[in-house]
Amino acid sequence: MNRALRLLRRRLIGSIPVLLIVIVGSFLLLEAAPGDAVDAYVASVGGDAGMIEALRQSWGLDASPMTRLAAYLWALLHLDLGHSVAFSRPVLDVVLERLPNTLLLMGAATALSFALGTALGILAGARPGSARDRLLSIGSLALYAVPGFWLALVLTIVFSVELRWLPLSGMETIASGKTGFARALDIARHMVLPVTSLGLIYLALYLRMMRAGMAEVWRMDFTLAARARGIGRRRIVLRHVARNALLPLVTMLGLQSAQMLGGSVVIESVFSVPGLGRLAQEAVGSRDTPLLIGIILVSAVLVIVINLLVDIAYAALDPRVGANEANA
Amino acid sequence: MAGFKISRRRVLAGSAFLLASTALPSIGWTQAKKGGRLVVAADSEPRNLNPAIVASNGVFFVASKVVEPLAEASFDGEGGLEPRLATSWEGSEDGLTVTFKLREGVTWHDGKPFTSADVAFSALNVWKPLQNLGRVVFKNLEAVETPDEHTAVFKFSKPTPLQLIKNALPALTSVVPKHVYEGKDIAENPANNAPVGTGPFKFAEHKPGEYYRLERNDKYWGESEPQLDEIIYRVLPDRAAAAGALEAEEIQLAAFSAVPLADLERISKVPGIRVITEGYEALTYQLVVEINHRRKELADLKVRQAIAHAIDKDFVVKTIFLGYAKPATGIVPQNDKQFYTPDVATYGFDVAKANALLDEAGYPKKDDGKRFALKLLPAPYFNETKQFGDYLRQALAAVGIDAELVNNDSAAHQKAVYTDHAFDIAIAPPVFRGDPAISTTILVQSGIPDGVPFSNQGGYKNDALDALIAKAAETLDPAARIELYKEFQKKVAADLPLINVAEWGFITVARDTVKNVSNNPRWAVSNWADTYVET
Repeated sequence: MNRALRLLRRRLIGSIPVLLIVIVGSFLLLEAAPGDAVDAYVASVGGDAGMIEALRQSWGLDASPMTRLAAYLWALLHLDLGHSVAFSRPVLDVVLERLPNTLLLMGAATALSFALGTALGILAGARPGSARDRLLSIGSLALYAVPGFWLALVLTIVFSVELRWLPLSGMETIASGKTGFARALDIARHMVLPVTSLGLIYLALYLRMMRAGMAEVWRMDFTLAARARGIGRRRIVLRHVARNALLPLVTMLGLQSAQMLGGSVVIESVFSVPGLGRLAQEAVGSRDTPLLIGIILVSAVLVIVINLLVDIAYAALDPRVGANEANA
Repeated sequence: MAGFKISRRRVLAGSAFLLASTALPSIGWTQAKKGGRLVVAADSEPRNLNPAIVASNGVFFVASKVVEPLAEASFDGEGGLEPRLATSWEGSEDGLTVTFKLREGVTWHDGKPFTSADVAFSALNVWKPLQNLGRVVFKNLEAVETPDEHTAVFKFSKPTPLQLIKNALPALTSVVPKHVYEGKDIAENPANNAPVGTGPFKFAEHKPGEYYRLERNDKYWGESEPQLDEIIYRVLPDRAAAAGALEAEEIQLAAFSAVPLADLERISKVPGIRVITEGYEALTYQLVVEINHRRKELADLKVRQAIAHAIDKDFVVKTIFLGYAKPATGIVPQNDKQFYTPDVATYGFDVAKANALLDEAGYPKKDDGKRFALKLLPAPYFNETKQFGDYLRQALAAVGIDAELVNNDSAAHQKAVYTDHAFDIAIAPPVFRGDPAISTTILVQSGIPDGVPFSNQGGYKNDALDALIAKAAETLDPAARIELYKEFQKKVAADLPLINVAEWGFITVARDTVKNVSNNPRWAVSNWADTYVET
């Protein structure tokens, strides 16, 4: 545990320069985009010159970019993420409101694609080159190639519009007054389609990786030795081949978490899930710099934490990693 | 437990219903069934939900059920109006005074009585200084006198036509409670996101990214109104999702063309769903080609005429709007009953004539078949404005003008066209709001500061036209004022400061069970007090 804490501290300190670059970079990028938050706002509601000037003043956009960046960083030092101009609310509130939705959606989708991908990968890798292997590989690649919005729309048409088995969109039944278990069940029902759409797409990554890893392990000496010792095939596949091929997948899981937190704008839009991806898109559209940087910062911190967890899982799966970590 | 109450009236109504259902089975006594929940699609969540500050359709769509104006537009009411918070209005001879009699016995949602002080406060502290449209229409409003609790007398410093004030009543006069706003920062008041009004529905909650919920105001002044118990606005950002949600019966109504035009034919055949084109008559959007007159080629009237002749308006209506629009003749739309005149210069689709005009103007085709190049910026707000950009590029190529398409998002478009003037031609969707003085004359008037959206930022200056606009702004006699605006339409069509291509209202798609839909010319942004869901 002590080691994990040390690791955490080192990671956090090491990530400060990265976060700083990310903040300044996003700030400058939005600054370089034509039009500011007031332009985005008056484009939707109209207004005259006096109103536009008053808005720029009250939203603090009349100062020079460098002054605003300095003010933002100063506030950030005091752990203040600032005020979203597009939502007229504190950035932290807006982001934290959406974060659970994104975590739930993407967490479930990642779990689905990891579990199903690994399982199918083991099936495919048990006999590399067999008909079953080819079928699974081609099927998963086809899913990977399908555009996300198309898969999502087809699933909704079949299961929501035609069969009416599952709700079409949203996080939960609106103003249903459900609580506790009934509410959890309701949310789960709403999550089935978006999680399936996302999970099926990423399934191929894990399946292919598992299969390739297993194909490699099959050729290794210890596998041959195990076979020579007359160990049953099932035991060889699960205990020797699959277990050794699993490590790279855990790495993949950590990498995917970054993508996961960015959310999926398309899936979130189609299923109207109020998540971080859609929020980031709105922040860019409304030139809401504090909000965009807030989203990026919160996501970055979470990615760091998740990768830390992956490292710890690594140590558990492969004792060699732990030994190296102790020396480093 | 708490919701279960038996009153004598309910028992009576229930037995009347039973009696009626046996006596008149064929009529279907559905009127007796009050209540119900209406779920509609919403595509945006406005930053500020106070219609007194932001008079825009996105805000009205939700807020007009909560906060009421002095009067609402009506198909058959006197002067096209139906009283809401005001019961009558009268102008003085000199045009300096307008007297409103206000409705009695109205209470705010928090229980306080509605009085003339609220109207005076809204007019002087909100509409005039803060509202996007009110800053223009009420700029000469000096004072509002309140001789008694139900009379508000507007005093203007310059003669102001009663006709203009009347036409502005539906959109510009949402009344907010003085006791909630007084003494605080009005622009940042929390009530701007949880409005308190006098309307048939109370604001209940907003879950960002998910929905708005309004609930029935039991103390509403309208007799046996509202009919609905609840209205829910589901946020559906994906346009394809609205059609699916209607089919799956997750929503019952989608207004403002939330269902894309291309889906209408298919969805109109789904049993239980109907496509409604009425209810937007007072919210006409116009497809306009904005012209930067600073470009020497475009400052030449012949070139502008040539561009007008190069556009096949019928094709645009048929192909881009799939028939759900009308070709425009001028700057005032045809469905306006007061001001519109068809008696203006017209520019039929005629490529040969366009080519001849360009030759005459001194811009012959060069060896590559091109005359000159232009930068074309379509507004990103509607699919149709973007598609028209693609069309216009081809139409101009046919007459030898090489248009380069520049596609921007909202903020970038706003800055490029209205602040930096970095365009040659742009495509805009301005709105006609029932009177040319509200948001139409500024499209061609000179002397407007940089940065004002949907205004003349093309550097056009025509002294005669400016004089006409100024004169109409202070002409009190309604007939004379209408004549001036007819003259205005003729002058615009003759000199082409901009080119009007088409005009459109939106489409509502609703399930058959939703009744009293589209029964006024601003239906989607009116109060829905008489709307109900048949169950």
